[in-house]
Amino acid sequence: MKARVQVMLKTGVLDPQGEAVRHALGALGFDGVEGVRQGKLIEIDLAGDDPEAAKRQVTEMCEKLLANTVIESYKIDLN
Amino acid sequence: MKAAVIVFPGSNCDRDMAVALRAAGAEVEMVWHKDAGLPRGVDLVAVPGGFSFGDYLRCGAIAAQSPVCRAVIDHVHKGGYALGVCNGFQVLTETGLLPGALMRNAGIRFVCRTVPLAVGTNDSAFTAGYARGQTLQIPVAHHDGNYFVDQATREMLEAEDRIAFTYGDEVNGSVGRIAGVLSENRRVLGMMPHPERAVDAGHGGTDGRAMLDGLVGALVAA
Amino acid sequence: MSDPQITEDLIAAHGLKPDEYQRILGIIGREPSFTELGIFSAMWNEHCSYKSSKKWLRTLPTTGPQVICGPGENAGVVDIGDGQAVVFKMESHNHPSYIEPYQGAATGVGGILRDVFTMGARPIAAMNALSFGDLEHPKTRSLVSGVVSGVGGYGNCFGVPNVGGEVRFHPSYNGNCLVNAFAAGLADADAIFYSAASGVGMPVVYLGAKTGRDGVGGATMASAEFDDTIEEKRPTVQVGDPFTEKRLMEACLELMASGAVISIQDMGAAGLTCSAVEMGDKGDLGIRLDLDRVPCREPGMTAYEMMLSESQERMLMVLRPEKETEARAIFDKWDLDFAIVGETIPEDRFLIVHGGETKADLPLKALSGTAPEYDRPWVETPAAAPLGPVEEIDAIEGLKALIGSPNHARKSWVWEQYDHMVMGDTARAPGAGSGLVRVHGTDKTLAFTSDVSPRYVKANPYEGGKQAVAEAWRNLVATGAKPLAATDNLNFGNPEKPEIMGQLVGAIKGIGEACAALDFPIVSGNVSLYNETDGTGILPTPTIGGVGLIETAGRAIGTTPREGDVALVLGVTEGHLGQSALLWETARRAEGDAPRVDLAAEKAHGLFIRDNHATIRACTDLSDGGLALAAFEMAEGAGLGVEIGVTGTAALFGEDQGRYLIAADEESAALLEAAAGAAGLPLARVGRFGGDRVKLGDAEAPLAGLSDLYRTAFERALHLPDALAELAV
Repeated sequence: MKARVQVMLKTGVLDPQGEAVRHALGALGFDGVEGVRQGKLIEIDLAGDDPEAAKRQVTEMCEKLLANTVIESYKIDLN
Repeated sequence: MKAAVIVFPGSNCDRDMAVALRAAGAEVEMVWHKDAGLPRGVDLVAVPGGFSFGDYLRCGAIAAQSPVCRAVIDHVHKGGYALGVCNGFQVLTETGLLPGALMRNAGIRFVCRTVPLAVGTNDSAFTAGYARGQTLQIPVAHHDGNYFVDQATREMLEAEDRIAFTYGDEVNGSVGRIAGVLSENRRVLGMMPHPERAVDAGHGGTDGRAMLDGLVGALVAA
Repeated sequence: MSDPQITEDLIAAHGLKPDEYQRILGIIGREPSFTELGIFSAMWNEHCSYKSSKKWLRTLPTTGPQVICGPGENAGVVDIGDGQAVVFKMESHNHPSYIEPYQGAATGVGGILRDVFTMGARPIAAMNALSFGDLEHPKTRSLVSGVVSGVGGYGNCFGVPNVGGEVRFHPSYNGNCLVNAFAAGLADADAIFYSAASGVGMPVVYLGAKTGRDGVGGATMASAEFDDTIEEKRPTVQVGDPFTEKRLMEACLELMASGAVISIQDMGAAGLTCSAVEMGDKGDLGIRLDLDRVPCREPGMTAYEMMLSESQERMLMVLRPEKETEARAIFDKWDLDFAIVGETIPEDRFLIVHGGETKADLPLKALSGTAPEYDRPWVETPAAAPLGPVEEIDAIEGLKALIGSPNHARKSWVWEQYDHMVMGDTARAPGAGSGLVRVHGTDKTLAFTSDVSPRYVKANPYEGGKQAVAEAWRNLVATGAKPLAATDNLNFGNPEKPEIMGQLVGAIKGIGEACAALDFPIVSGNVSLYNETDGTGILPTPTIGGVGLIETAGRAIGTTPREGDVALVLGVTEGHLGQSALLWETARRAEGDAPRVDLAAEKAHGLFIRDNHATIRACTDLSDGGLALAAFEMAEGAGLGVEIGVTGTAALFGEDQGRYLIAADEESAALLEAAAGAAGLPLARVGRFGGDRVKLGDAEAPLAGLSDLYRTAFERALHLPDALAELAV
C-alpha cells in the first residue's frame, strides 16, 4: 500500500518560497497568479493492507516527524 | 562545570562551540547522537549549529528524534541547562523544549553577517551579563532563521519576559524580530545568532563572551 | 540488452578522433567492447588526459623547498612549518554550471573539497572565482543566482568557510560561465595520503554514496538509436549531497587515522574508471573490479554505466586487509556504504567483470601512460594596437563608473550567502583582498587569494599570465604573508584553433616566468578548454589561486587606515590605461596593450612590504581601477574619507603593476620613506585618509553617497528583488 502525505504551511503562516515563486511567475509574464504556496509531497510504501491501520500509522508519522504542526498541516491519501 | 556538546551527522559548529565553552572555563565532552545517555554530571547541554542530517525534511526535525535527544529532554525536565544555537535552536523547537518554529528566511537566501542584537531580558543565567536593551554585535549564518510563533504564544513570551534577543534590523523576517527565546524555567535558551563566533577579537568580536563566561560562572556557582 | 555495435558514429559520439581510435586498436590488437570504448573515451578526454596542454604544463615551475607534493595528485601539498602542511587546489566546473547552475556549482564545490580531504587534509577554507556573461543577457541573472546559491548550499552545509573569490561579468561568457572552485585543507606533513596502490591482492574498497546514472555521458544519448529505453537512460544532472560529503570526510579522516588506508582516490569525472586506473598506474599494479558488488542506486545498471557514472560523494581506497573490521565499523558509524569491489593484481591489467562476464580487459598502464598528447599548432597573439587618445574624465565620475558597475561594486550580496565564519578561525572575511584563516590552535595564519585580469590576457597572453600570478602574489604580500605557492585553473576556448592555443601557450609561459621569478611554484591545477560563446572563445581566464603564510600573528598587516593616516604608493606610476577597468566601464573600450609586469620590481616591492610590516597600518595592492579605486576601497572600509593629491586620469586610474597603497601614521610614514630611500625604491606620499569626503585631484564628493552606490550597485545591477524590502512595504 502506498501513502501520499502532503505537507503544507498552515494558512496564515507566511510562505517565503511560495511568494518567491509567485513573483517569478509574474516576472515571466504569467498574469493573474494570485497566490502560490509551496509544500512537500512524501510517498511512503507500506507493508500490510489494512487501510485503517495504515492511516493510524501514517498519522502518527506525521505528528512525530513528517510535519511540524506548529507551522504545517498535513493530508494523507492511501491507495 | 561540565558541558556536553551534541554531535549529529552534519553538525559543523560543534568544535567551535567546544572551543568557546572551554575558553569560558567549562569542561567539555562531545556526545554522539546515537548515544542514549549524557555523560555523568553534565550541567549544560549545548546543541551546536550546522546542518544536522543535511537539514533534510525540516531543519532539526530528524535530529530531534535521535536517541540523545531523549536524554536531552530528560536533562531539561530535571532542571538542567541547555543552549541551542542556530541548528541547535531548530532542534530544540523540534523537540518541543522551546516554542515556535524556524522557517526559511523571508529573503529566501542564506545570510552570513554580523548583526546588531538587542538584549530582551537579562533575567537568565545566559543573559545576566548584559543590560536589558543593550545592543550586541553577533554573527548570524543561517538559511532558516525566520522565527514563527502564533500571536497567543508571542504574547505569552512577552508577558513572561522570555524573549532573550531581538534583531536590531531586518534579518530574516522573524515574528517580532525575535532572535532567541527562553524556556518557561529560563534554563533553556535557543537563538539563531552564534555567540560562540563572538568570543575572540581576532575572529568575530567579543560580544558573546559575557554570555558564555556568565553561564559557565553561574553553573560553577550553582 | 546487448551492447551496441562499435560504429564510426559511436566512436565520434565518445569524442574520439579516428586516429585516436586507431591508436586504441593498436594498443589492444582488437575491436574494443562498448565498455572498453567508454573507458578509453573517459581516460583520453581532455579533462582526464590534459592532452592539449600537457606539453606546456610541464614547463611550469612546480618545486621548491616548501613543496611537499606538486601537481599529479588530487591537490598540492605545501609545508607551513611545525610539521604541518596546507593542501590546496582549484578546479573548474564550467559546463555543468551553465546547464544547471545550482547543482553544477554545488558539485564543483563538492569535487574540490573531496580532492583536499582525499589527501588526508581537513578543509579549512574555500574560494570561488565566477565569471558570467553580460547582465543584459537573458540567462545571466538566473545563472548568478543559481551558482551563488549552489556554492553556498554545498559549502555552508559541509561547513567550510568561504573566504574569498571573484565575480566578473563580460559578454564573452554569455554562453559559457566559469565556476572555479578553490579549497584548502590542513594536514600533518607526515600524514598525507596518496593515490598509488601498493601490495598485490589488497582489497579495493568502494565508499560513500551509491552509484547512479548521473552524468553518464552524452555519448549514450548519441547512440540512442540502439536502444528504446532512451527516457530511462537520459543522462541526468549530477546532484550534490553535502550532507553525505561531510560524513564521507569525517569517516575518511577517521579511517586514515586508524592506519587502515594504503591509498585513496576520489571518484570525480568518470569516477570508477579514472580512480581505479590512477591507483593502479601510480602503484605499478593491475586492478580487477567485480561490478556486481558496486552499491547501485538504480536497478539494471550496465558495466558501461557504472564505469562512467559521475555520481558524487564516492571514494575508492586500497585498504590493509587486517583492518577491514575496524574500517567497516567507522563507515557504519557514519551510515555510509562500504563494499569491497575488487583487488590489486600483479599484472598490468584492468579487468572488469560483471554478471559473470568480462566487460573490459585492458592493459592498465596504456590507459593513462599512452594517452594521446598533442603539440597543437598555435600562433602567437599579435601585438595589441596602441591605445588611442583617452579624454580626461572627472575623477569622481570615473570612480562612480567603477563602483557602480557590478564588476567593481562591493560583492557582499554574494559572500553573505556563504558562511565565511564557520570553524571559528576566519581572521579576515571576504571583501578586502586576501581572506585570512588562522591555523587552528597555533599562532600562524594562512592567506588566500584568487586573481586574473582576463582582458589583459586577451590583449597579451604572456604579460596577462605574468600579471595574474603577480597580482595574487601581491595580494598575499599586502596582508604581511609570505607567498608560498599557487594553483592554476586555466579556462580557455577551443585549443584546436591556433589563435586560442596561442593564448594558452602565451599565458602558461607568462605564468611560468612569474612563478619562477617570485618563488611561487604551481603545485596543483586544472585546465578547462572548449569554453566558447557562439563559436567564439571566452576571454582567456587563467585563474591563479595563491596561498601565503603569516608566520606569527604579529606579522599581519591590516586593511583599515585611521583618521589622519598618510597615504603612500610604493611603485612607479606611469599611467598605463591600456585594457584598464576605467576604459571598459566608462566606454566599453578594450584597447591597447596589457600593462607590463616587471618581476624584479615586484619582488623588491613585496620584500619591502614584508620587511616593514610593523610600520604599515594598512596595505592593499593596486590593480583594476588603479590608485583611485584602491584608495576609495581602503577608506570606505574604514568609514573614512580620503584626499588624494594626484591629478590626471592616467595617474589616478592607470593600472601600472608592482604597486601597493599603504596607510601609515605620520611617524611611520617618515620611517617608511627613509627605508625606501635607503633601498632605492619608489615610495611617494599621495594623500591622507580622514574626514567624510572623497577627494581625487580636483574632484570631490561626500563619502556617504559613494559608499551607498558601492554597497548597493551589485544588487541593483542584477535587478534582484529584495524580498525583505518587499515585506517591509
